[in-house]
Amino acid sequence: MAPSGPELAKPRDYLREETTLWSWLATKDHKRIGVLFLAAVIFFFFLGGLFALLLRVELLTPQRTIMSAGMYNRMFTLHGITMVWLFLIPAIPTTFGNFLLPIMLGAKDVAFPRLNLASFWIFVLGAAFLLWAMFTGGADTGWTFYTPYSLNTQSSVLPVLIGIFVVGFSSILTGLNFIVTVHTMRAPGITWMKMPIFVWTIYGTSIIQVLATPVLGLVLLLVAVERVGGLGIFDPARGGDPVLFQHLFWFYSHPAVYIMVLPAMGVISETVCAFSRKNLSSYRMVVYSTLGIAFVGFFTWGHHMFTAGQSTFDAGAFGVLSMLVAIFTAIKIFTWTSTLYQGSIVVTGPFVYLSGFLFFLMFGGMTGVALATTALDLHWHDTYFVVAHFHFIMVGASIMGFLGGLHYWFPKMFGRTYPEGIAIGTAVLIVFGFIATFLPQFLLGNMGMPRRYYDYPEHFQSLHVASTAGASLLGFGFLIIFGYLAWSLRYGPVATQNPWDSRGYEWMTETPPPKHNFHEVPDYTHPPHDYSAPDVPHIPEVEHA
Amino acid sequence: MPEARLAEHFATMDAQRRAGQLGMWVFLATEVLLFGGLFAGYAAFRFAYPADFLEGAHHMKVMIGTANTYVLITSSLFVVLATHSIKHDRSWTCAGFLLLAMLLGFVFLGLKFYEYYEHAQEGALPGVWYHVETVPRPGVIVFMTLYYLMTGLHAIHMTVAISVLGVVAYRAAGNAFDREYHAPVELGGMYWHLVDVIWIFLYPLFYLIVPK
Amino acid sequence: MNDLLRRLLFLPEQGSTFAGRVDRLHYWIIGITFLVAAIIFFVGLTFVIRYRRRKAGEHTRKFEVKPGLEAIFVGVPLATFLLWFFIGFQDYVWVQTPPEDAMDVYVTAKQWMWKFAYPDGPSAVNTLRVPVGKPVRLLITSRDVIHSFFVPAFRMKQDAVPGRYSQIWFQAERAGTYEVLCAEYCGLQHSNMRAEVVALEPADFQAWVQEQRRGVATLQDAPPSVLPAGANLREVGERVAAEEGCLKCHSVDGTPHIGPTWLDLYGRTEKLLTGGTVVADEAYLTESMMDPQAKVVAGFNPVMPSYFGKLAPAQTAALIEFIKTLRTERLEKTPSQEPVYGPLRP
Repeated sequence: MAPSGPELAKPRDYLREETTLWSWLATKDHKRIGVLFLAAVIFFFFLGGLFALLLRVELLTPQRTIMSAGMYNRMFTLHGITMVWLFLIPAIPTTFGNFLLPIMLGAKDVAFPRLNLASFWIFVLGAAFLLWAMFTGGADTGWTFYTPYSLNTQSSVLPVLIGIFVVGFSSILTGLNFIVTVHTMRAPGITWMKMPIFVWTIYGTSIIQVLATPVLGLVLLLVAVERVGGLGIFDPARGGDPVLFQHLFWFYSHPAVYIMVLPAMGVISETVCAFSRKNLSSYRMVVYSTLGIAFVGFFTWGHHMFTAGQSTFDAGAFGVLSMLVAIFTAIKIFTWTSTLYQGSIVVTGPFVYLSGFLFFLMFGGMTGVALATTALDLHWHDTYFVVAHFHFIMVGASIMGFLGGLHYWFPKMFGRTYPEGIAIGTAVLIVFGFIATFLPQFLLGNMGMPRRYYDYPEHFQSLHVASTAGASLLGFGFLIIFGYLAWSLRYGPVATQNPWDSRGYEWMTETPPPKHNFHEVPDYTHPPHDYSAPDVPHIPEVEHA
Repeated sequence: MPEARLAEHFATMDAQRRAGQLGMWVFLATEVLLFGGLFAGYAAFRFAYPADFLEGAHHMKVMIGTANTYVLITSSLFVVLATHSIKHDRSWTCAGFLLLAMLLGFVFLGLKFYEYYEHAQEGALPGVWYHVETVPRPGVIVFMTLYYLMTGLHAIHMTVAISVLGVVAYRAAGNAFDREYHAPVELGGMYWHLVDVIWIFLYPLFYLIVPK
Repeated sequence: MNDLLRRLLFLPEQGSTFAGRVDRLHYWIIGITFLVAAIIFFVGLTFVIRYRRRKAGEHTRKFEVKPGLEAIFVGVPLATFLLWFFIGFQDYVWVQTPPEDAMDVYVTAKQWMWKFAYPDGPSAVNTLRVPVGKPVRLLITSRDVIHSFFVPAFRMKQDAVPGRYSQIWFQAERAGTYEVLCAEYCGLQHSNMRAEVVALEPADFQAWVQEQRRGVATLQDAPPSVLPAGANLREVGERVAAEEGCLKCHSVDGTPHIGPTWLDLYGRTEKLLTGGTVVADEAYLTESMMDPQAKVVAGFNPVMPSYFGKLAPAQTAALIEFIKTLRTERLEKTPSQEPVYGPLRP
């Protein structure tokens, strides 16, 4: 039985190096910054989730259930903003990305450690603005801030815009840091085509963050200035163009969804290899499709605007490019599935998450393809079909990816293991809760139930009740997960150096790592996840007594 | 002579230098995208209001704008000379050139604010504040609004760039750099050049679209 | 088959000629998606069982997918997606290109109602009457924020953007009433901004148009029996206010809203948008209903629709009686105004 409770005499790792509060809050260690971000994003995940549950309770009945229309409008706005900017965009890059990128590259830290710390505190500042906005009533514009409504509404829009602008800075700086790290700090032996796939996906995500977020900052700045100063860029009453707002907004927000999903794809690439003891069946294709998503994703924004009055030429161009970007995801799904072939598979918590991810990404992606046919979107735009589509990807794929990564790297980060049986059971519960929540929403969309509706015609009610029931299950499952993970931080069995016997590069150093990541630089002659020969350097799982 | 400071997480000084350069280039790319949105807005509105834009351009003070262009390009020359001189170990010359560039930056801002003042006197203000004619054409107002937004954002960046040069000049005067290590001079200079280049694009779009 | 799949997928009836085309594409895509998902599921399950880990630390063969297989994995989905796009885009262009003989209807969205106007005919609020079997082109705009005109039974929507007109056309297949919902978030009453498309047989539609054209006169000459005998005017007025949509913009309890509150309105001196004042008496209130843009109260936008031809005189009177009863009970100290005497001039 592996020892639990007080640690054995071990060399000091990054957690135990110094333990004062200041050593955490002013740390320049990328691993500690990753842990700080982890605490922050988990908090915002639960906050956004609370908003979601309240919304779903309100939707149990066609008229008022627990809140007024004004409150409902603010709540779905804040749910979207919290989940997008305070959870999904930062989640995997700032937590696992921060923690693992240097380790996977054989480096001691990221390129700009102080900038990394600044990223965290800027994030906190932006989040503080958003929390203040929530306390002063919040905005009621929807997370998409469409003009002219967002220009004229009396709700608390300005603090929200400032908060997102500031958080956007944090996103840009993190992306910048990662790009420079990947380019300049790889250990000798790690060529571009030998980097772990997780690094590639973080790299692709960082490129998107760096190029797209400034446009978001600009468009929100313009809305703020127009609200305060009456400038007339987006307001047709003053000669402006409300659809211009949509173009600028979606120019960021479409690539943003790839920021939310690419890192999760990186997690899946790592865990599918670890839990089938196989190399990826086509490393090259996954790399090219990652870069393909990052690049082509910038040219598809108009598919959010098929009904907005853009020309048929635009609609055609954006539609074709959207199909192209879908292919890159299809390639990955086939690659991951074929990686299982002739593998050595064990079903663990992370494995259940990756399986859920595969299916939900498949359905989420295919419904995206369906939407991109333009004609079908005329029916589905701004209905629950779209809501279901993006939740399939953001919850079904991104959050599953996050949870899978959290479980897979939990021993690495905290030196403890979690109870596998409960993890698998809860993962299965989450999968079913997810289906129960969001499958009815596809059907609601087919029926014609629009988004952001407080009151709805009665014939939609039974599907709403089903969706709310699923949401409760989902919420319950998430609580259990964080419950046993928190418990394991203190009472879980102490982890051995490589509890999964994985041959990812991050497992070639201590668990948890020392402050500067390595006592000696590992041997990178073999690519990551090479399970084909006994002489591939790795640290095997210690057999327990 | 200062020692080149190798940060503990970099393997070699060369890696550190390359990282700094790449980092600044990536940051410049984000600034380009930021302004890019405004340029896209300009394009969209000019396509919608072609005649109004030409009429709006009559408000522009071409003399001041042209003077400002010369001022900025000269300041960039000084920044180049500053980098050149530090590469030859001439710290004080470097600081001097940087100060000259900053001075020209202040001249630019001064001229810009004088220009805004003149516009205000005529009533050529953005959005609802425009009161040159009783019934202005919407495209003219949009032109003026874009003018203020783009040159205003540029002026904010100009102010930041002057402060950056100020910090670098101060350190140069304190002998913090030499021919081996002068990354802040180069990186600060790159930022200055970006602010200059953005102006080079703004200038013709606002000042040069009305045929003489 | 079509109907079975339609019900299985919870799709509404196919009320327009567009609906059937779009549903067919939908069925294909959904069908193939489920098929591929099932294949991946069974293949995955087979792999998980067949290749389960038998011994810790066992080695696996380094396996690279052959380029031929890769080409299939890329080529087949790409071709399929592009085919679907081609079919869908054809339909999209079709529905954006109205036939030459389409009947035009102007649709104006405003918070939170839909107004319909025929170029040479009547106008209506929240009910769009169209003939069955004839193409109808909608020219859609908005008076304030972006809305979206959505008819699920027709499988189509188009945004109503302020400052421009957008168009879409449809042809109703059979007579009936079809729900219209606003599909672009527009504020507090977004979910109540509903309307209906009433498709009538061509003969019935013509009859309705004729009646509307006479309607103004009809209503003006309506006998008092428009009101039930012995009706309480105040109650009738309250009912009319609710039915005609007045209460969407005017509150009765003093709450500020889109239009001036009716509480204490009667007899109030209102300041106008264009300067000057007016006393809200019977004449002004009637004028506001018939020609609302004539004297708009300061602090409000000129967005009220006209009820000319839509309210019988008896209904107008009932509304005014209702408004008169909305008074807060209070005793006020008003400053006494004495006449001002100037000096006598010789």
